[in-house]
Amino acid sequence: MATLNPQVKAVEYAVRGPIVTKAGDIERGLQQGMKQSFTEVIKANIGDAHAMGQQPITFLRQVVALCCFPELLESPAFPDDAKQRAQRILQDCGGQSLGSYSASQGVECIRRDVADYITRRDQGVPSDWNSIYLTTGASDGIMSILKLIVSGRGTSRTGVMIPIPQYPLYSAAISELEAVHINYYLDEDDCWALDIEELQRAYLTAKQQCQPRVLCIINPGNPTGQVQSKKCIEEVLHFAYVENLFVMADEVYQDNVYSPDCQFHSFKKVLYEMGPEYFNNVELASFHSTSKGYTGECGFRGGYMEVLNMDPQVEAQLVKLLSVRLCPPVPGQAAMDVIVNPPKVHEPSYAQFIKEKSAVLDVLAHKAMLTERILNSVPGIKCNPVQGAMYAFPEIFIPPRAIQEAQSLSVAPDMLYCLRLLEETGICVVPGSGFGQREGTFHFRMTILPSPEKLELLLRQLKEFHLRFLEENIVPSAQIVLNPSRQWPSPQSSD
Amino acid sequence: MCSLEHVNPRVRGIRVSPHSRLQILAAHITQDITLGALKPFKEVIDVSSGDPHRAGMKPITFVRQVLAVCLLPQLLEKKSLPLDVRLRARRLLEACDGGSVGSYTASSGILHVRQSIAEFIMRRDGGVPSYAKDVLISAGFQSALMVVVKLLASGEEETQTGMLTPMPCPHTLPALLDEGGVTLVPYQLMEDRGWAVDLDELHRTLKTARGRCEPRAIYISNPGNPTGHVQDWKSIEEVIQFAAAERLLLLVDEVYQDSVYGEGREFISYKRVLFEMDKEYSETVQLVSFHSLSTGQMGECGLRAGYMELVNIDPEVMHFVDTMLCISITGTPVTGQLALDLMVNPPQPGDLSFDTYTQEILLTRATLSQNAQRAQEFLNELPGMSCQPAMGGIYLYPRLHLPSEIIEKAKILEVEADVLYCQMLLEDKGVCLGAGCQYGETTGNYHLRLCILVLPDTLEEVLAGLGSFYLHGHTSSP
Repeated sequence: MATLNPQVKAVEYAVRGPIVTKAGDIERGLQQGMKQSFTEVIKANIGDAHAMGQQPITFLRQVVALCCFPELLESPAFPDDAKQRAQRILQDCGGQSLGSYSASQGVECIRRDVADYITRRDQGVPSDWNSIYLTTGASDGIMSILKLIVSGRGTSRTGVMIPIPQYPLYSAAISELEAVHINYYLDEDDCWALDIEELQRAYLTAKQQCQPRVLCIINPGNPTGQVQSKKCIEEVLHFAYVENLFVMADEVYQDNVYSPDCQFHSFKKVLYEMGPEYFNNVELASFHSTSKGYTGECGFRGGYMEVLNMDPQVEAQLVKLLSVRLCPPVPGQAAMDVIVNPPKVHEPSYAQFIKEKSAVLDVLAHKAMLTERILNSVPGIKCNPVQGAMYAFPEIFIPPRAIQEAQSLSVAPDMLYCLRLLEETGICVVPGSGFGQREGTFHFRMTILPSPEKLELLLRQLKEFHLRFLEENIVPSAQIVLNPSRQWPSPQSSD
Repeated sequence: MCSLEHVNPRVRGIRVSPHSRLQILAAHITQDITLGALKPFKEVIDVSSGDPHRAGMKPITFVRQVLAVCLLPQLLEKKSLPLDVRLRARRLLEACDGGSVGSYTASSGILHVRQSIAEFIMRRDGGVPSYAKDVLISAGFQSALMVVVKLLASGEEETQTGMLTPMPCPHTLPALLDEGGVTLVPYQLMEDRGWAVDLDELHRTLKTARGRCEPRAIYISNPGNPTGHVQDWKSIEEVIQFAAAERLLLLVDEVYQDSVYGEGREFISYKRVLFEMDKEYSETVQLVSFHSLSTGQMGECGLRAGYMELVNIDPEVMHFVDTMLCISITGTPVTGQLALDLMVNPPQPGDLSFDTYTQEILLTRATLSQNAQRAQEFLNELPGMSCQPAMGGIYLYPRLHLPSEIIEKAKILEVEADVLYCQMLLEDKGVCLGAGCQYGETTGNYHLRLCILVLPDTLEEVLAGLGSFYLHGHTSSP
């Protein structure tokens, strides 16, 4: 142990941490006949749609199955459009097999398909397939870029700006790479919008201790679910232009937009519309994955990144770095291909594809609204609109007595809350402290992925738990102390 | 804008592998041919790396059938697929969250698969116990090794962790150590003894290394990659004793364990030998063994899955291994994990798929063994070329005499001579081999690496091209 790499010891990972371990223990206990006041553990902690019963998109699975076992190409049970795509992919695989290594940047025809998709999505903004890298999930791309550009010592050490709250992969990566964390707070009072003044504040403060070089944005947001406005994105890109920052746009939830008032704007498209001075200069890496959207294929480890305006010598280093891990899993690359090249209107699989895709997205939108509504009806819980992604990140009021108890146990107050919630209801969510939050505020992140029935059950039990929690900590619900900086709903008003 | 000076020095320090350079050249030539350029050959034949499917070897039918059903569970109803295939797929789907290959898995892999692997190891090693908790799944053997390397890494320059690494070693290894921040400490394998490990050489290497870095681990591959050497019991014991005496972590790459064809040779695992030694060894020597889907029999390199078994490792360290796997960002694809289960738990006598499976295994084994014999004979007949008798693995690693003008030209171009040779061979004959490229001390010898798990016809083309080029030089203008 003593000889262990010190960087490793510093790394933590909230999403799969102690709460999840405990949930696993309770689940095993239930299976072995232990009695609890609940019959199952509801895992609302990780963004895994299939684990919660979401069905895969048939067309995607057909194509990958055909690639996997090409004898099925003879079967009349498979539609022609699926067969055509499978044959096209296999043609570009060594020995026409998914089992060959691909080039480390990925199978060529798939990279081309990704570029075409981006061009269509962005209404004609050109995308060069040479700037497309297929990756092992978006995380592989994100980690590779960060690893590539972290350098310097002391006050010239690379600083990486990350949103608070954030998806903990970023903070874990920054710790492992010994880069400098630069936290910028999203504005909870404005639906978690990016606040340009806050970005500037964070930047200026950090500049004294490090060299800020990277700006990470998650849009739609995780855990917050906000969908940034075009204006916001422009301001951020302008800021990056002025301060010479490398922008990392995590857009894995680009297909998960529920609010009718919101629209996904890709960073690349906005950059293009800001004109050539921006489009030809701002360094931008955008990430996508097979894990979210309407396909939810986490287990495939598929993804891509598009890299813009990277210095050719730096890009050569990136290619070298990627080649150390040989290549991304080929079935995942095939899955990514189907996502960027779905059935077209005239194709035989189109009708069923659209039906399945709409079913998934409609149900997610319904659950997003349901979750927001019910959470906001609980005194002491306030939830911003779930505009997109797959999570709700409500603020919770934790009475001072519970805070003290948490301190005496050396756990974060929201961790104590989540542990109690788990023990009393079997519901597993992740404390806000794992994602970052403003000092003195508490949150938790839950997914909206359980089935509508389970979700309603979860929310009802959560509500009951929260009221009990408030009562047990001797706070009559009519006297909830308002956090002076925030507007709480009073118990009498209904949301 | 980010420029080269802003790039992570650790990344800049990753050496560019000659393999990549040759691959890029091969890709250009292939593209030229597609665009209509006339060459003295009709296509590039790439046998530089261990990618059997690329070279025309077929996947195991049972594996692909089960995976297809797991991908598309509607196929569970398809009567034309053998019943054992469908039953296995159903069993595997039950082990997946939500019954889908699209779910995340635990960071160390699907427990059911880890269990299968532990059972396989126990059977293979004649009953030596193996536990699922010590088996960790990762996205290919490189990922697993990287986790271990990162855990070992510390210090800089003289205090930097060092790993004793065989020469020759798997061609992907040096860059991996560069990325992980561990110093490669080369120890020569004894070519004139069939690439055996030599204890004196190990001692000598260690002695010289201390003071220049902190050696904390020793890496060895058995069957040897790319040498094809298969260690006997005594040799393995000696290495274990050395590692124990010098307190080195033993990292053993056993990826080609299913490809031993040499007469009178068999694969013996390090763990098996360790557990037959005295308690002072079997309870203390820290050993990590690696395996993966990229084997001779499976050849499923593109599915990216492997595992490591950790023996006698401190439980606290195990916890950190798990954390590393958690954030190792890649995560192992589920189809790869399921393929591991199929690899370690194939059809048994009496199963419907058993006959086909057995035929396919035997065919691969026969192809490998016949290719090895044919290629060795051919190469040994070329004047100045000598190939040690290979007993396992999927490569041959012949030594060759390079003409002095190539050596001179290489000096001028500042490239390694054997890389230049491979480049010229590729341009002239369309045959892509791996360059030996000894790291550390140059012994003045040059080697080539070729994968022999290819279709026999392909092998003939490779040998013809290489033979002609070797004897007559290039036929196109220099």
